Amino acid sequence: MPTIQFQLNGAAAAVDADPDQMLLEVLRGRLGVTSPHFGCGAGECGACYVMVGDRVVASCDMPMWSVAGKDIVTVEGLGTAEQPHALQRAFISEQAMQCGYCVSGILISAAALLKRNPSPTEAEVRAALDRNLCRCGSHNRMVRAVLRAASEMVAP
Amino acid sequence: MTTAPAPKLPASLAANPKLSSWVRFTDEDHVAISPGKVEIGQGIVTALAQIAADELDVEIGRIEMIRASTATSPNEGVTSGSLSVQQSGRALRHVCAEVRQLFLAAASERLGVDASQLDVGDGTISGPGNVRTSYWELIGEVSLDHDATAGATAKIAARRAIAGHSVQRIDIPDKVFARPRFIHDRTLPDLLHGRVLRPDVSGARLIALNEAAARAVPGLVAIVRDGGFGGVVADSEAAAEAALKALRKGAAWSGGEPLPNEDDLAGFLKSQLVETTIINTRTAPQTHGHAQTLRRQYTRPYIAHASIAPSCAMAQWDDDRVHVWTHSQGVYLLRADLAIVLKLPAESIIVEHMEGAGCYGHNAADDVALDAVLLAKAATGRPVRVQWSRHDEMSHAPFGAAMAIEIEADLDADNEIVGWRHAIWSNGHAARPGRAAQPALLAATEMANRYPRMISSNPPAANGGGGDRNSVPLYDFLAWTITSHRLLTMPVRTSALRTLGAQGNVFAIESLLDEIAALRGEDPIEFRLRHLHDDRAKDVIRAAARRAQWKPQKRSGIGHGVGFARYKNTGAYCAAIAEVEGADDIRVKRLTLAVDVGEAINPDGVVNQIEGGAIQATSWVLKERVRFDRARITSTSWTDYPILTFSDVPAVDVEIIQRPEIEPVGAGEAAHGPVTAAIANAVFDCLGVRVRDLPITRDKIIAAMELAS
Ligand code: FES
Ligand code: FES
Repeated sequence: MPTIQFQLNGAAAAVDADPDQMLLEVLRGRLGVTSPHFGCGAGECGACYVMVGDRVVASCDMPMWSVAGKDIVTVEGLGTAEQPHALQRAFISEQAMQCGYCVSGILISAAALLKRNPSPTEAEVRAALDRNLCRCGSHNRMVRAVLRAASEMVAP
Repeated sequence: MTTAPAPKLPASLAANPKLSSWVRFTDEDHVAISPGKVEIGQGIVTALAQIAADELDVEIGRIEMIRASTATSPNEGVTSGSLSVQQSGRALRHVCAEVRQLFLAAASERLGVDASQLDVGDGTISGPGNVRTSYWELIGEVSLDHDATAGATAKIAARRAIAGHSVQRIDIPDKVFARPRFIHDRTLPDLLHGRVLRPDVSGARLIALNEAAARAVPGLVAIVRDGGFGGVVADSEAAAEAALKALRKGAAWSGGEPLPNEDDLAGFLKSQLVETTIINTRTAPQTHGHAQTLRRQYTRPYIAHASIAPSCAMAQWDDDRVHVWTHSQGVYLLRADLAIVLKLPAESIIVEHMEGAGCYGHNAADDVALDAVLLAKAATGRPVRVQWSRHDEMSHAPFGAAMAIEIEADLDADNEIVGWRHAIWSNGHAARPGRAAQPALLAATEMANRYPRMISSNPPAANGGGGDRNSVPLYDFLAWTITSHRLLTMPVRTSALRTLGAQGNVFAIESLLDEIAALRGEDPIEFRLRHLHDDRAKDVIRAAARRAQWKPQKRSGIGHGVGFARYKNTGAYCAAIAEVEGADDIRVKRLTLAVDVGEAINPDGVVNQIEGGAIQATSWVLKERVRFDRARITSTSWTDYPILTFSDVPAVDVEIIQRPEIEPVGAGEAAHGPVTAAIANAVFDCLGVRVRDLPITRDKIIAAMELAS
């Protein structure tokens, strides 16, 4: 099995993996990175989203060969309880979830949005999250949380 | 013999009276609270922590909530029916009040101060002259290893500082900082991975396996076969998937159970063998002039729980004892079924809860637990984790039952209702584990020593009923007969889905009321208020109307509608007003709701649940329908079973009517019925047609328009 190298949450990572194996399995099964969640395995729900470069991708549908040399960010790399990302703070302030299983994928979509568009409108937030499914109906709180994070991030 | 009736303990506490099974003070100045109810994303552990913190007078940060386990926790049955605050909350309130009293008595002795002079602040007990001690200093002097007495009195509402106020949920930080909390994210030493082979054709049975290809998969640990149950165990998920794929190629199946025609659910439901029950009757004191009868039929399809996480479980054998980790809603009930299947005494089985994703009722959580137990038998003492696929979850987990509801309303010359007959045809709405002599678990129907599939039944009316839930009107109609026809066949597996039959029944009742109000030319809100006598009911309707500025000016392409119910007729009151927009494609723009749950322990948590319920109901109404052909379930992916997405979601505005002096009830199921009806009525207001078959899709609207013209 070839060694595949990439950046994971800012640190160098290398795994011996079948190039056709999906990134989600490697993150969860081999590297113990559990924030990307298994939801459908078919690129249809967003639970497994991670950032590769500036793009949001479904890690369940992303073969390892395609991430060689890339920069991968998961929720573990967004922030910590001590140094939270504005989105993590905002999701707590807005109590923006019920079960929370969908949340890591949503945080990733939102983080990518705020990178490319620091002051999105509500409609832009909804559009950016539209491929993330939430079965609990926590959508509006999440949209409010993303808008709150955006305003905190641009505030001087 | 006592003469005065003994004061009564809350039911959950009477069943599990030992104080120490609920509360323990731990060495690190913490309090461990151990309820029998489980977190399913509804925020229950936070609400219970609030209640405990309040009664004990400790900061909520000191409360450590223990996950339910059959090894240690009180047996509180199942976490369902919006009963957790009612049952667990009441028990904990009582237990904590008594524990506080016991410690005050011990402190009084130690400090030489009368208990009535002592005060508790964050666990520190102090009195006049600066004397002080604490719960933790007194641990050795107070035994909690005895039964609760009925004597303790909890605080009055006005003295509660935490319960009744919005607090942040205690599970949320873990979830935003990616700290493993879901069972899906947990691991155990030496963990193996299992997958189970299930048929495509509904009800087909595995009769032969060609194991050669699967045996060649690197990492395979075992192939398990027990009659029609087959699966694999491997050292990684990838290997387990690969082995399963190989096994599937060489599998032979027999038989199958034909499925109904998905386009004629009412025809199917009304043609089956049924058990008929008269749910309720009211007879008019005298006959009233009867001018005409409106007869309407409403249907709702099978609906999938469709948790965002497919079900998952872990199991580990140690000799003839087994430990199970599960996101089941009822650890003791699951244990009871496992004991039947495994022919083991219940004491040999430990069932421990770990959080899963929101489940909205009886999904595959229990099924996958038995899968893990059976596969782990082949793992020589190592734990096995089984993860269902999306396809498994959408085809093999139980669904919410389809319903056909027929109402006949007798009207007098003024179109006032003088008679009402409501009949329901539906499978039962509950086939949960642990309640019958036969197991309800999927693999139990597949094994060599197999059990028949359990036909769903309906909980008794005292527990809110099943298919008949919310079928008895809260309105003051002069006469009625409510009849439930429960199917005795079950080609599509059904069990408890959020609200059971209430969503369908409220949709039907509130739709017909709307139609009659329109016939009379009366405002639908006035019409409802005129037929209600319960002030709490009227208050939520008025509050929602005020908030939505009822009735907004008629604009073309926009419609407004109202729906109301009291969940189970004994639970939360909820009124909803929907604003919809569209022509043949309907968009719900805004939902305005008012809710009364009595004492709202965590008001923001209640709002969160109502918002979530309202949005999920909107998804059910506009999009959801389990699809099948005559042989198999076909809606097995998100593409084939679409749900509401971020850009479809309406604005949701919720008002809570706080009633601190009234016993709390749950909020999780209050919104579905009223929202369903409000949307349907708004569609009529917008388009002038009544859609009586859910979901309200473009096709249904066009069909209704054709029928009307
Ligand atoms: S699990 Fe990857 S998109 Fe659903
Ligand atoms: S919060 Fe449960 S799926 Fe989104």
